[in-house]
Amino acid sequence: MDDKVITAKDLTKTFGKFTAVDHITFDVKQGEIFGFLGANGAGKTTAIKMLTGILSSTSGEAKVAGYDINTQRNKLKKNIGYMSQKFSLYEDLTLKENINFYGGIYGLSKKQIVTKTGEMIERLDLQHIENTMISEIPLGWKQKIAFSVAILHHPKIVFLDEPTSGVDPITRRQFWNLIYEAAEDGITVFVTTHYMDEAEYCDRISMMVEGRIEAMGSLKELLERYDAKDMDEVFLKLAR
Amino acid sequence: MKSFRAFVIKEFKHIFRDVRTLVILFGMPVVLVILFGFAITTEINNAKIAVLDLAHDNYSHKLLDKISSSGYFNIADDLKSYSEIEKSFSKGDIKLAVVIGENFGKKLINDKDAEIQIITDASDPNTANIVSGYLTAIIQNFTFETGALKPPLVTVKSQMLYNPENKSVFMFVPGVMTIILMLVSAMMTSITIAKEKELGTMEILLVSPLKPWVIIVGKIVPYLFLSIVNSITILLLGLFVFQIPMNGSHILLFSEVLLFIISSLTLGLLISTITDTQQSAMLISMLGLMLPTILLSGFIFPISSMPVILQYISNILPAKWFIIIIKSIMLKGTGFDTIMFETSIIVIITLILGIMTIKKFKIRLE
Repeated sequence: MDDKVITAKDLTKTFGKFTAVDHITFDVKQGEIFGFLGANGAGKTTAIKMLTGILSSTSGEAKVAGYDINTQRNKLKKNIGYMSQKFSLYEDLTLKENINFYGGIYGLSKKQIVTKTGEMIERLDLQHIENTMISEIPLGWKQKIAFSVAILHHPKIVFLDEPTSGVDPITRRQFWNLIYEAAEDGITVFVTTHYMDEAEYCDRISMMVEGRIEAMGSLKELLERYDAKDMDEVFLKLAR
Repeated sequence: MKSFRAFVIKEFKHIFRDVRTLVILFGMPVVLVILFGFAITTEINNAKIAVLDLAHDNYSHKLLDKISSSGYFNIADDLKSYSEIEKSFSKGDIKLAVVIGENFGKKLINDKDAEIQIITDASDPNTANIVSGYLTAIIQNFTFETGALKPPLVTVKSQMLYNPENKSVFMFVPGVMTIILMLVSAMMTSITIAKEKELGTMEILLVSPLKPWVIIVGKIVPYLFLSIVNSITILLLGLFVFQIPMNGSHILLFSEVLLFIISSLTLGLLISTITDTQQSAMLISMLGLMLPTILLSGFIFPISSMPVILQYISNILPAKWFIIIIKSIMLKGTGFDTIMFETSIIVIITLILGIMTIKKFKIRLE
């Protein structure tokens, strides 16, 4: 049981009469890349909001990094990282200032921030733009920086909400390399996407349709189970 | 505490890197005070007038001397005939024309009806009223001096308390301060929070270990600080450039200013809970706050001459009460006991706004 960093049981969220997330049950193992697939509006973002402690659940229970999502939010938040599709860096701050800010709000000491910043800038080869305003940095770079900033405090799990939307295929490929590196470092990656082809990068996939998890397993298992060539086909069969 | 500091530092960087914000924060207060203080006044100084003297005698010359030496008027045009009056007005720089009737001096001595006609440019009725009032007073004075008219048995001597020279800047400085504080505290706060939502950085902040109150206080603190700086700037300009008296307690004035800033900040937070984009935050602040404040707070238009329904509406504006408080403290030097009523209204409005904000904020988190 110990190697499970996310466990969710019958997790549900309703807004009035509308059920956005309908009794989802799953768990994610340490160091795994868990793909959370589904069409737009399938309930992925609502699920992520509950798991990151922004939104309270209506019923069911879930633990993230060992902490209850409704009652232990503070401890939970210290142990997770998050990146949304908007990349969420401050455009009017320089690269370094952004890193300092995120380090600061995650409670890292000055010393830690300096070493981590150095490591990150070297790893991504960013020496030439460390004092450049984010607004002047190209989109592909911003996305990589945003991801590195989200794992700056070395969280147990990083949640990526549609991190590759609006990015060209080459940059997407490079971005996935960063995700692999993080996973090798022991960071569990929980990633949502509506690009079905990205499923093949994940260790395990869950498919969400109208608030429910309709299928879960590795890519190979799913393709066999639904007798499909690729995830697109699996998705079409499920959605029907 | 470390995370709070990081947050506030970031906020100040946002403020000091945005030219638009800087202009509103530091240019606007000074420009508004100077504009209202020097350019827009209801007092008359050296108003240009035209004169048509049909008498040309000793008395008419004396009267004209008296008018031009009063300091209020400047005889810019000496007319020869009635037909020139309209021409003089249409050139646009004179505010008023005086016609002294024929045989003015003779009639004056012989107790006959000596005639003076005042013609004003009523396309600007306010100024027309004021200049004709000033001129009438001068003429009346002149008739007493010449002995042509016996002083009446009852003389009414009105005294302008608290603002003996009827200076409009006394009115404008509290008004400008109110507007600036609204602008900085309410509008800028709502815009900066809406900006985080619009850019998606708000999600990051909410996912981070920062507690919601740290985010809110961190957003408020820089604007609280800047609002205080601004009110001090405006007050100093008022005191030293426009010689507004400061008759009351400084501590009381400061506490009331602080109360109003807090009230405006709360309003800004409330607006930010109902808007998701900077543009809508700005629109709501402009239309929902700035306009009513300028029009209904009594800053420019007297509340007592508004339609009854607008008078009622003006009562829920903290700005109206704040202007009353500031004037009482500065000009009349009153203590807390006399402005307790106004103060408690602002406190109550602030509390209501605060409760509404917290409720709205909670709904969003659920």
